[in-house]
Amino acid sequence: MAHGHASNTKRIWNVFWILSVLTIVEVVLGIFKPAALHHSVLMGTSPLNWIFIILTIIKAYYIVWAFMHMEGEKASLRWSVVGTTVFLIIYIVVLFLIEADYVRNVLTGPGSISKWIF
Amino acid sequence: MGTTATSTAKEKIWDGGNEPLGASYGKLMMWFFILSDSLTFTGFLIAYGFMRYKFIDIWPIADEVFNHFPFIHGDNPMYFVALMTFILIFSSVTMVLAVDAGHQMKKNKVVTYMALTIAGGLFFIGSQAYEWTNFIKGTYGAVETKGGAILQFVDLEGNRLSLDQVAKPIPTERVENTRSRGLWFTEEAKRAPYTTQEVIEGLKANPNVLVRTEFIYRGTDEQKADTSLHPTLNKDKHKVVLTREASIERIQDAAYVVKGASHVRNEYGNKLFANLFFFITGFHGFHVSIGILLNIIIFINVLLGTYERRGSYEMVEKVGLYWHFVDLVWVFVFTFFYLV
Repeated sequence: MAHGHASNTKRIWNVFWILSVLTIVEVVLGIFKPAALHHSVLMGTSPLNWIFIILTIIKAYYIVWAFMHMEGEKASLRWSVVGTTVFLIIYIVVLFLIEADYVRNVLTGPGSISKWIF
Repeated sequence: MGTTATSTAKEKIWDGGNEPLGASYGKLMMWFFILSDSLTFTGFLIAYGFMRYKFIDIWPIADEVFNHFPFIHGDNPMYFVALMTFILIFSSVTMVLAVDAGHQMKKNKVVTYMALTIAGGLFFIGSQAYEWTNFIKGTYGAVETKGGAILQFVDLEGNRLSLDQVAKPIPTERVENTRSRGLWFTEEAKRAPYTTQEVIEGLKANPNVLVRTEFIYRGTDEQKADTSLHPTLNKDKHKVVLTREASIERIQDAAYVVKGASHVRNEYGNKLFANLFFFITGFHGFHVSIGILLNIIIFINVLLGTYERRGSYEMVEKVGLYWHFVDLVWVFVFTFFYLV
């Protein structure tokens, strides 16, 4: 292996600080919930939620690429693991959230004949 | 072995005897296990997402549920779960440092970092036990209506009230059936701290108590026109508070007194919220436990010098992959259960 004997300690601690700062940003936003971000809507949910989701994906990238050392693997391995997972996850998330929204409309939307919370 | 493949022998890459993906068999299998396991967790989290979208008008607000911190009283949202996240990130760092030390064949460093990783894992599991304990015990208590809705109580400033502050004890002959009182093989399920009647009477007698429903106030025209909603206490993205008159009317539907959480009902709101919480954080906690166990096995092997003799610390790397995966899952659980 190319990285066999070189020490990556500096990189590891850098990633630790990046992950820590991202988590602190998330927690601070989660506690204070700035009104401008929390009470507005952007593409189906609040901008605050989008920030949380994007920060999470950045954190996931650093964990997989640096800690699990995906950056040192062959492109074929990267694609077969990450490509498959990301494709399937995006696919299932989109399908299920659309379906859930539809179910909610059936239950509570105009013309609904079911009384579901009382 | 991988170095035997040259450009002239390109067509032989998939004939065996080398490593086309540049990773050993064990590492490759760990990667594909992680792939399938991450799809399992995706399934669970998407079930959470589905139910949350379906019940988006009434889903419990995480900040109100997870607000405990050891030795500090009062409302402390987020702090504890942030601490848990840091513990897990830090144990991930010590794990990757152990892998790094393994590459350089530094046995003592591997031992130190593996020990720290195991300690981090145990800390995390302990924190999760604390989180579960508070969740199961509950804080304020609530009542459930005949239709399955959860009603909570607030005072005139909108602060939450516990059942102890609301209910008016009514003297009764009724005692709990225990094995010592009845037949030796019969006992009844643990009873709620108050009867439904005590809560209803308590609310009627105390003019400072209002009912808070599961619904989330979003300031829609429909909600603004609704006279049963309290005129001043309702805030955007908070639970709906009823007026005094509407509260008295609503409480008549009470069927159960709920304290804490179980698989059947919970004081926080929608039943699925507790079910999914138990299932997803439980399954993650199970993974952490397995990770600790694997780490301990590898740790003992490192101590015995197995990998020193083998000339490679790749086993540390493989178990490290699993451990980072557990951290990766937590990053997503943290976001979707506590932040979003």
